[in-house]
Amino acid sequence: MLKVSNISKSYENVQALNDISFDLRKGELFGLIGPDGSGKTSLFRILATLLLSDKGQVLFEGRDIVQDYRYVRNNVGYMPGRFSLYQDLTVRENLEFFATIFNTSFEKNKHLIEDIFKQLEPFQSRKAGDLSGGMKQKLALSCALIHKPTVLLLDEPTTGVDAISRKEFWQMLQRLKEEGMSILVSTPYMDESKLCDRIALIQEGKLMGVDKPSEIVASFDKCVYQIKGEQLYNLLSKLRSMEDIESAYPFGSSLHVYAATGLDLKSNIESLFPEVNVQVDVIEPDIEDTFMNLMTSKDG
Amino acid sequence: MAKAITAHNLTKKFGSFIATNAITFDVDQGEVFGFLGANGAGKTTAIKMLTGLSIPSSGEATVAGLDVYKKPEQIKRRIGYMSQKFSLYEDMTVIENISFYGGIYGLKRNEIKERGQLSVNNLGMAEVKNQKVASLPLGWKQKLAFAVATLHKPSVVFLDEPTGGVDPITRRQFWEMIYQAAEEGITVFVTTHYMDEAEYCNRISIMVDGIMVACDSPETLKKQHQVSSIEEVFIKIARGSE
Repeated sequence: MLKVSNISKSYENVQALNDISFDLRKGELFGLIGPDGSGKTSLFRILATLLLSDKGQVLFEGRDIVQDYRYVRNNVGYMPGRFSLYQDLTVRENLEFFATIFNTSFEKNKHLIEDIFKQLEPFQSRKAGDLSGGMKQKLALSCALIHKPTVLLLDEPTTGVDAISRKEFWQMLQRLKEEGMSILVSTPYMDESKLCDRIALIQEGKLMGVDKPSEIVASFDKCVYQIKGEQLYNLLSKLRSMEDIESAYPFGSSLHVYAATGLDLKSNIESLFPEVNVQVDVIEPDIEDTFMNLMTSKDG
Repeated sequence: MAKAITAHNLTKKFGSFIATNAITFDVDQGEVFGFLGANGAGKTTAIKMLTGLSIPSSGEATVAGLDVYKKPEQIKRRIGYMSQKFSLYEDMTVIENISFYGGIYGLKRNEIKERGQLSVNNLGMAEVKNQKVASLPLGWKQKLAFAVATLHKPSVVFLDEPTGGVDPITRRQFWEMIYQAAEEGITVFVTTHYMDEAEYCNRISIMVDGIMVACDSPETLKKQHQVSSIEEVFIKIARGSE
């Protein structure tokens, strides 16, 4: 659907995007995973034909998006990261407005957003500015879908959204995907990447890898030791001072240590710090481990 | 132990809508207290009442021993506050932001200089101290904002989604700053949508539709609900609130 080749973009002295290439396949849910400031928004704006790249080319269904920008705009739905609906229009008015812009009507295309609209319906005469965060996201998604696009571009749709609304939002994306929609979605939440068919990790304008989540994780080249016990925060600086340990980070209620395979970490900790009582397990890395490891190995 | 925050039946109504409904809890000095809830559950309203920005409809609360009805101005001087949305002046440099906030909180000129220098060094920002904040990556801004919010050694610091959108390594560095502040005796009152971060708190509370439905240590809550993570606790408790 989308073929992105060697896209670069700079602003004054900042290189926002550095030689980005990947493709979005039909019916695929593709995740762009990276922190704020990594270049995700610049890429979305280029794909939505709102910004020109310095180098490279993007093809949408085989057409150059710069030449054929009108075709792109009619067939791509874009949900920007910042809430950009009309706050002083009601839910219903926003939907009608966006439908009209694309020469269609809300009534005609209502079936496209039926699932999501069901949840919005009780609030349809409420002003968009008075909706809760989760509802705003649902409305923004509805507005991006109302002209029946074939590709959906979602820039951080779940940032600042609570854990439950995030879950519901991703369930909606799964349903859209099953209906054949191709979706490019960006997120700073590493856990959401598991829900994508393929992901690209992006950091400082560069792609660090494009693959299935399971393949990305399989590229992790060290061993993850999970440490549980008491006084973990105090243990952290001790661990970092140990020779064989590459890095150590808190992970919820445990610590994760990255080091070579086959280390008897428990005995090492106990011999160096006899007062510490811990449980050590070797676990499978997840996306967050992999991402952090890629970030640090790039620096070093 | 002295209580940094106490709240008893604290309530805020907007017309017929009850945003915060009779919440009762307290926070110890030096505690890291997580304040969780879905969007629209009433967290921001509660924080506004505790920071002296909004007068409660009913109930009682003290912050740093000061009554929220009688001493809101004194409360503002004894607390620090940062949010994801606004914390620093983008067109001022790192050092100018530090001096500006230090001045607002009534620090003496030599205190601002000393503590500012110390902060800049601790943050590893000595090289960028004369750069405008706008040019810094988000993670750096958030760490600087935290340093600025605690420069005057407040008794309580309120952090409203301080790590939203921040990369996973910086997020963890940020929490190390939180622990450091807590060790120095600063009480940390923090909201987050990252459920792994909730595990780092001494205690957490969960708000649903204006009501505080849970308030305990992460371990106890997980045991009570027989699950292995706070994310599962949160989903069990807060589901269907919208």
